[in-house]
Amino acid sequence: MNLVEDVRLLLSYPFMVNALRAGTIVAVVAGAIGYFMVLRRESFAGHTLAVIGFPGAAGATWLGINAAFGYFGFCIAGALVIAAIPARHGGHSEESAAIGTVQAMALAAGFLFVSLYKGFLSGLNSLLFGTIIGVTDDQVVVLAVAGGACLLVLVAMARPLLFVSIDPAVAAARGVPVRLVNGAFLILLGVAAAGTSQVTGSLLVFALLVAPAATATRLTASPAVGVLISVAVAVLVTLIGEAIAYFSPYPIGFWVTSLAFGCYLLATGYRAIADRTRVRTA
Amino acid sequence: MTGTVAAEQDVVSLDRVATTVGGRTIWSQVSLRVRAGEFVAVLGPNGVGKSTLLKTVLGLQPATEGEVRVLGERPGRRNARVGYLPQRRAFDAGARIRGVDVVRLGLDGDRWGTPLPALLRGRRGRATRDRVREVIGLVGAASYAHRPIGQCSGGEQQRLLIAQALVRSPELLVLDEPLDSLDVTSQASVSALIRSVCRSLRVAVLMVAHDVNPILPSLDRVIYLAHGGAVMGTPDEVITADTLTMLYGTPIDVLRDRNGRLVVVGQPDTPPDHREQRS
Amino acid sequence: MIAMFSHPFIQHAFLAGTAIALLSGLVGYFVVLRGQVFAGDALSHVAYAGALAALAAGVDLRLGLFAATIAVGVALGLLGGRGVADDVVIGTVFAWVLGLGVFFLALYTAHGSTGNGAANVNVLFGSIFGISFGAAVVAALIAAGLIAVLLMIARPLLFASIDPVVAAARGVPVRLLGPLFLGIVGASAAEASQAVGALLLFGLLAAPAAAAQRLTDRPWPALALSGGLAVGAMWLGLWVSYVVPQLPPSFAIMSVAAAEYALAAIRPRLLATHAHRVDDTP
Repeated sequence: MNLVEDVRLLLSYPFMVNALRAGTIVAVVAGAIGYFMVLRRESFAGHTLAVIGFPGAAGATWLGINAAFGYFGFCIAGALVIAAIPARHGGHSEESAAIGTVQAMALAAGFLFVSLYKGFLSGLNSLLFGTIIGVTDDQVVVLAVAGGACLLVLVAMARPLLFVSIDPAVAAARGVPVRLVNGAFLILLGVAAAGTSQVTGSLLVFALLVAPAATATRLTASPAVGVLISVAVAVLVTLIGEAIAYFSPYPIGFWVTSLAFGCYLLATGYRAIADRTRVRTA
Repeated sequence: MTGTVAAEQDVVSLDRVATTVGGRTIWSQVSLRVRAGEFVAVLGPNGVGKSTLLKTVLGLQPATEGEVRVLGERPGRRNARVGYLPQRRAFDAGARIRGVDVVRLGLDGDRWGTPLPALLRGRRGRATRDRVREVIGLVGAASYAHRPIGQCSGGEQQRLLIAQALVRSPELLVLDEPLDSLDVTSQASVSALIRSVCRSLRVAVLMVAHDVNPILPSLDRVIYLAHGGAVMGTPDEVITADTLTMLYGTPIDVLRDRNGRLVVVGQPDTPPDHREQRS
Repeated sequence: MIAMFSHPFIQHAFLAGTAIALLSGLVGYFVVLRGQVFAGDALSHVAYAGALAALAAGVDLRLGLFAATIAVGVALGLLGGRGVADDVVIGTVFAWVLGLGVFFLALYTAHGSTGNGAANVNVLFGSIFGISFGAAVVAALIAAGLIAVLLMIARPLLFASIDPVVAAARGVPVRLLGPLFLGIVGASAAEASQAVGALLLFGLLAAPAAAAQRLTDRPWPALALSGGLAVGAMWLGLWVSYVVPQLPPSFAIMSVAAAEYALAAIRPRLLATHAHRVDDTP
């Protein structure tokens, strides 16, 4: 099996080129945003936002609009709502029950829209678990614009974001607008979730938003290096995953999650071994 | 069915007991006697194994040497007659359960099944309800027992937990640092409650304390654990410069401040690698 | 409305649905109380993968469904879960499990059986209107058995959930109850996924229970209320879906459950006010 031949074959199909482009853009954004998300322990928020995007995409398709707008619209709206709700004092389990109910309701609503749009049941899997076919040129453009904007904002607020994420009390005392930073990040997260959903599907965003970032945190404590590793892993997993998905009978969702999980396991194993062989200081 | 303790029989007796945890001997040659209605405090520096002593009495930690008898039996056998308040149980602020329910669990929480609704329960149900109400009144918690327990203050929660420990009319109350996280006023009032329970109900109290001052007036006897061993006696006997110096093998002073409070000076810190298993 | 019950498919749906809903409500009460809602989410992914694995292997999907959920439930219990383990680890692992599910779906599809899309949708979102009489009876019997076990351990389970240290000192087998309970949760998840699907089952576990706990602080009335609300959601949802066929039943049921929670959350706790009498105990 000639690797160069295969790659050339891959790149000869426009849909595949689009898929690779979309995948790369999404992976870069997801890797970067995901790193901060994991740092801030907001993985649940990322997943919830992605799930909220599902009815948006399904509804958009039912109404005849490009699914991408549905994803972005609902994810960003969801981010605004979460940002507006003040921290609850109901305790942790109450919070999980609320989040669980919201997620279930979003999935149910998405299912409703899918059923209303006759003949779209086959599209259900793409929305939920991702697809490599059917990525249009328009979609790539939208992803590029949204992703680019997202990254620009992230770079601009990287330092205050880091400060607020690690030490909110001290940051507030120094005059950093904590609520604004938190809210802005949630919106960036919404954008990242919406974009990632278009590659991995709404249910599997963890594979690009969390696993590469988690891998990075196992390998380094430096934020700058961490973001780079996170992005690199995400891009690698996406490109290889899409390529394998083209040649294999098994779907992209499986490959991306497996590759991402594999990277995470390797990094965890490496960390465990490295820690054990290092001399411990009391 | 009440197992009344004869006046002279010990509620708790330890005879030259040692306990080992994880290969390390926590303490040894500990002898201790608690009689009915006595209030005994277990004192000592951090990490010496005070909680472990309580766990040995409860049968949660086996003794490796010596003999332990609780209410005439091996520890753990008569735990239905023992009320236990473990260390630092703060309830999650969102915990959706009332104080009165927590107390009720102390009564029958270990029985299998589901309680029938009030209408169907008849005489036994009423007796249960009355008993819970009675013990809540005893600890003075009636005004807040129906609130979610997570919303009660530290002192209020402790009162409710003491009620839970008392609801089965125990003969022995085992308390692990109940005053630990309370403010000074609550410490005083909870100590007074424990004393009154001890005296009026003739319940033996074995209590681990960090600071002897709030309970000093109520104490019958004290057991002071240190790494050199243990000493038991009345407070006047034990908390003296000579006794503690002998116990620690290093000069200790015991002073009284202008309010009559005891202050122990010169007590050595526990060595840095010594850690008690607090679980 | 009586005419509705003349249809066999409605009879079967109500038979299975009522039992399953009651089970979900009762189990869900303890799930929310113990702060183990995340387990419901994890088990929903396992349910999907397990069911599809069974289909791909050519056996009754319920075998894979129950085996996977019960095994993973017990395993989660043994690992000692009050959500202690890292969000990130759990999320990544169970995202991969979902990816596995898609893999099994592809395997199953490759065998060329017709109606594959339907099977996938049924597993994801339930198929209560398609349940046969035999399957309904089995589901109802299993639910009844699980309910009986749960009621037997309810009191010590409550004690162990609220006050594990004292409960252990009183002889309650706390270490045993944890895995046993999560095994029951697993089986309940499997049951519920037949009614509302793998993706929505944890909504049925969480929403009525959270609603009940908002309405009253007394544990035993809350337990009963949780069961009642779940059954109410099932009945109302089934009826609405019958009257308005465009609405899928799982959507209708989930909507009612979510509405119950929303209503309970915003209105002040009416049932608690009459508990201010001093002599009041459940």
